[in-house]
Amino acid sequence: MSEQFFEVEGLNTWFFTRAGTFKSVRDVSFNLKRGEVLGIVGESGSGKSVTGMSIMGQVEKPGKIVSGSIRLDGKELTELSFDQMRKYRGRRIAMVFQNPLMTLNPLMRVRQQMFEAISEHENVPAAQMRERSIAALKAVGIPSPEERLEAYPHELSGGMRQRVVIATALLMNPDLIIADEPTTALDVTIQAQIIHQMRSQITDRGLGMIWITHDLATLSELADRILVMYAGAMMETGATAEIIAMPRHPYTSKLLESVPSNNEPGQRLKQIRGTMPSLLDLGEGCAFRSRCERASPACEISPPMRSFSSTHHAWCHHPIEG
Amino acid sequence: MQVVQTVFQADEVSRVFEPARGTIEKLTDRLTGKRPAIVQAVDRVSLSLAQGETLGIVGESGCGKSTLARMITGILPVSGGTRRFRGEDYESFLARRRDALKVQMVFQDPMSSLNGRLKVGEIIGEGAVVHGIVPRSRMREHAAKMLERVGLAADSIDRYPHQFSGGQRQRIGIARALAVEPELLVCDEAVAALDVSVQAQIINLLMDIRQESGLSMIFISHDLGLIRHLCDRVAVMYLGRVVELAKTSELFGNPVHPYTQMLLAGMPRISTERRTFMPIKGEIPSPLNPPSGCHFHPRCDRATDHCRISRPDLREKGPSHLHACLNA
Ligand SMILES: Nc1ncnc2c1ncn2[C@@H]1O[C@H](COP(=O)(O)OP(=O)(O)OP(=O)(O)O)[C@@H](O)[C@H]1O
Ligand SMILES: Nc1ncnc2c1ncn2[C@@H]1O[C@H](COP(=O)(O)OP(=O)(O)O)[C@@H](O)[C@H]1O
Ligand code: SF4
Ligand code: SF4
Ligand SMILES: [Mg+2]
Ligand SMILES: [Mg+2]
Repeated sequence: MSEQFFEVEGLNTWFFTRAGTFKSVRDVSFNLKRGEVLGIVGESGSGKSVTGMSIMGQVEKPGKIVSGSIRLDGKELTELSFDQMRKYRGRRIAMVFQNPLMTLNPLMRVRQQMFEAISEHENVPAAQMRERSIAALKAVGIPSPEERLEAYPHELSGGMRQRVVIATALLMNPDLIIADEPTTALDVTIQAQIIHQMRSQITDRGLGMIWITHDLATLSELADRILVMYAGAMMETGATAEIIAMPRHPYTSKLLESVPSNNEPGQRLKQIRGTMPSLLDLGEGCAFRSRCERASPACEISPPMRSFSSTHHAWCHHPIEG
Repeated sequence: MQVVQTVFQADEVSRVFEPARGTIEKLTDRLTGKRPAIVQAVDRVSLSLAQGETLGIVGESGCGKSTLARMITGILPVSGGTRRFRGEDYESFLARRRDALKVQMVFQDPMSSLNGRLKVGEIIGEGAVVHGIVPRSRMREHAAKMLERVGLAADSIDRYPHQFSGGQRQRIGIARALAVEPELLVCDEAVAALDVSVQAQIINLLMDIRQESGLSMIFISHDLGLIRHLCDRVAVMYLGRVVELAKTSELFGNPVHPYTQMLLAGMPRISTERRTFMPIKGEIPSPLNPPSGCHFHPRCDRATDHCRISRPDLREKGPSHLHACLNA
């Protein structure tokens, strides 16, 4: 058995709109071992969610996986039919979306939604579904789970809704969990609780997790490896300690500088100049060049991969040398 | 001495919710004489906000921050207590629609708070036009200006909300709030959906606006790093109640309530070491059935019998440092 149980190779996911083609994900590759957490970090619109949806086979209409390979235990997922993919979804790969309202039906009680998630894949009696749902809600720190099963989504606070979604994802014991900004709405104590819960699932059962976030602080404490994305492309990847202690890509370095705890209280935060260019007019070359202080004419052509260790790579013409 | 103007004041405001019940459930409740569980989302909270001040509110998910925010904004009526805007009773203030615009809110969830059928330019400009801040002929121009102010391209006015990413939508929400020239801005997890670099731009933007226009702000966030960076004073909430309220430097430098201390200890930090995340100690309390006395006692190391019986009121630790702990 290969060590990497999950692999994404050369993924391109584009949206074909009337205004033009948005290349939301461009040549993205990564892999995951069992028991490992890969953090994906990047600016809004950098393609993190589209990467997650591509893996789930849930890219919305004008969008399409144009090329690339997504393999789970060697099985090619991009070639699966819609029905085959549905069997994988929820059962072997579960995704927790950024916005819990996308997953929760406002007209259904929590109980109905959780039972539906189970009965889609398994035929078990209601009493057992109930037991499993309550256990899952408890595991993510929902108080009074029996009562909360009867609640409608609007009766729960934002953080509780998100925990219901996480509990539902854990119900089927998936092999891979993709969590898209899962704890951004949660306070630190509950966040720590959920991370603890997910961490123990990952270690005990050998799951893999892709944790998509913009919260570098939490990521630095949680992830084994980090992938930094910008405008649909990979900028830098490496072991967490490598990325945090010695960022090589100018974008990663700027991101770290803008974290409030790396700034003086009350002062303006260091921010990256300019805004992300439209994906329509990126053209060739480094996607970050319009905002980069190190840019040179060389950056008009696509940057090569530069390696700093067997795990630490950056795509840049002028990486920061240690 | 400089006179500090109070912009907004809440006195012992409370809010209860009754969970939705089906007809059958209502009937069985009536037959069994059971009273439906109610949620005391906010329990006698008092706070005031001075002109130009930024007050931060932190606390666990479900502790009532958004409910409090919605009462401060006037979207949600109070179940008890009083609110005042510049000394005036809030109900009569809100009744004057043009004035009510002076209090604006930026929401936690940018998608559900923007009308998906309207173009971005209309979402941002409509309020300002309806209330005579700009003539209709200048609506597009006004909206474009607001978009640029929050760092979006001016030509976004002709696009729809679903065509933007989460972070971009949140900026649209901020642009909409700023378009009616508010005096009090309530931000409920307004930057939670944004990555750090965009977050930095929005925080800098809010700090600039605050400096230019003397805007007062209530800033709700679970991100203690951000709260520390941006706020003058901080209120810590636990299960519907304020448990500590102090100047930011005091709260972070010298927290006295055991819950505040626990929050600060759990603050994530940029580090090169993996942290061992711990499960929550003690039972997690439910707002449906809160613990007696001090709500925090099941999780508190310093709890005594007294704590299980008496509700601790806010008391003074030092000048402008309040806390609600019996044993601090
Ligand atoms: N249905 C769609 N139609 C057209 N473009 C889309 C669609 N969905 C996403 N995009 C575009 O793809 C890009 C990447 O979007 P994505 O949502 O993956 O970003 P993200 O990194 O998750 O951002 P955020 O953190 O703000 O949600 C954006 O420019 C977005 O506008
Ligand atoms: N419309 C509602 N009906 C019933 N309960 C509600 C409603 N809105 C909020 N609540 C309850 O009030 C409490 C506080 O919620 P909220 O203010 O949203 O918390 P926060 O924003 O701090 O996460 C929670 O227990 C929540 O379930
Ligand atoms: S390739 Fe050039 S523009 Fe891109 S990050 Fe490196 S130095 Fe900057
Ligand atoms: S009042 Fe008692 S239980 Fe509550 S925080 Fe203080 S010591 Fe702990
Ligand atoms: Mg996203
Ligand atoms: Mg909330």
